[in-house]
Amino acid sequence: MAQSSKPAAVPAPASDVVSFIINGEPRELSLDPRQSLLDVLRERLDLTGTKKGCNQGACGACTILVNGKRILACLTLASMYSGARIETIEGLEKDGELHPLQRAFIEHDGLQCGFCTSGQIMSGLGCISEGHASSPQEIQYWMSGNICRCGAYPGIVAAVADAARRT
Amino acid sequence: MLPFSLERANSIEAAIAVAASGGRFIAGGTTLVDLMRDEVERPARLIDINSLPLEGIRVEGQELVIGALARMSEVAANADVRRHHPLIAESLIEGASPQIRNLASMGGNLLQRARCPYFRMLDAPCNKRTPNSGCSALHGLNAGSAILGTSDYCVATHPSDVAVALVALEATMRVRGPKSERTFPVEQLFRLPNDTPHLEHTILPSELIMDIRVPIGPRGQNARYLKVRDRASYEFALVSAAVALTQENGLLKHVRIAVGGVGTKPWRLQSCEAALIGKKLDRESIEQAAQLSLRGTRPLEHNHYKVDLLPRTIVRALEMAGGLS
Repeated sequence: MAQSSKPAAVPAPASDVVSFIINGEPRELSLDPRQSLLDVLRERLDLTGTKKGCNQGACGACTILVNGKRILACLTLASMYSGARIETIEGLEKDGELHPLQRAFIEHDGLQCGFCTSGQIMSGLGCISEGHASSPQEIQYWMSGNICRCGAYPGIVAAVADAARRT
Repeated sequence: MLPFSLERANSIEAAIAVAASGGRFIAGGTTLVDLMRDEVERPARLIDINSLPLEGIRVEGQELVIGALARMSEVAANADVRRHHPLIAESLIEGASPQIRNLASMGGNLLQRARCPYFRMLDAPCNKRTPNSGCSALHGLNAGSAILGTSDYCVATHPSDVAVALVALEATMRVRGPKSERTFPVEQLFRLPNDTPHLEHTILPSELIMDIRVPIGPRGQNARYLKVRDRASYEFALVSAAVALTQENGLLKHVRIAVGGVGTKPWRLQSCEAALIGKKLDRESIEQAAQLSLRGTRPLEHNHYKVDLLPRTIVRALEMAGGLS
């Protein structure tokens, strides 16, 4: 419900101790409940691959996987995700080898400036695992939560299609 | 973001008790976190309800029952939903990006707040945000505003897509409060703005949505959702229409029509429905009925186009549901 324009007087919130498994590694942190998963990743854990584009759920740049599902890290309160398994772009490379979807983005020129790319790749992983990557049209629709202002969409769609074929 | 406390509810009763003493429920958070960041929403105490057992989707007798905490993506992909009510799946998939659908709950979708730009512009008057401060959209940028159910106090549309489908399907919802539980039509959840647009729902803050219940029947099989918007995906509706119908011997037996993007709440069009009952579904009968949707419309300076778009959207949705296109 709407509030009066005057903020309610509340004491500074106590910090919550929260644990996550981030890219396979258990982490425990003391958090202010106001912190989003996006801010925790970037500012507490130095995982700056996940980008802050709009910070209001409109651009997809902050897409990560939580318990295997793609979500927008900016629209979360991190304290609500205690125990969650979180995957970010930093976790995709294994033993010095890029993930097949990362390689496909390079091969198909799926980027220009690169700012949206980590969100595109994390969203692409979700798109493929959900089974929505069977045609360019389907990929376009199911990747529509990720905006690319450079307009690299043809390369992005080709990269997701190529990686889907190989997996 | 202003400070708040956050606690996780371990039982439905505990969640309701905290809400009764001033707490606010949070599920997916896709509306609330965003509005808290803009300081449009200023809850002091949040109750995380995601551990509550309100997630399931099941068939109970002649009803499809959707738990309030089921995520939009889960509902859209669910086999029972797709079999009995493809309209619900269609409206959900059109309703948000995949990432948001993975976060957003069904209960939160129904309770989501207005997308009128002035609602989140703290330096502009908005009666919905700050009662009796004025409506900036009435004489401002109102291309997206409603043409049905408006008042001089508020012209904001209701942004949900699935709510339009649920109203067309005559779904009910079960809510539980501190003392009792009640079930009522989803359509009755929404209040008209009148002179109190900050009061949007008929449930109390201490009432928790348990589930949404949709009657199963042949109507669900001939049902479509058509959403017209500024781009092909991931955008709110300019006009949308949910239509469900049955025909017998070439004549319309049952038809339900609800529209979105044009009303201050999901808008059922009973006059259009009544005009179609017993008629052969053809272009002429459809166009005549669709014109009745314009009764009582009140367009503003920039949204006259919705007066043309509304009947056309209804015509196409009826043709799609009736197998004519």
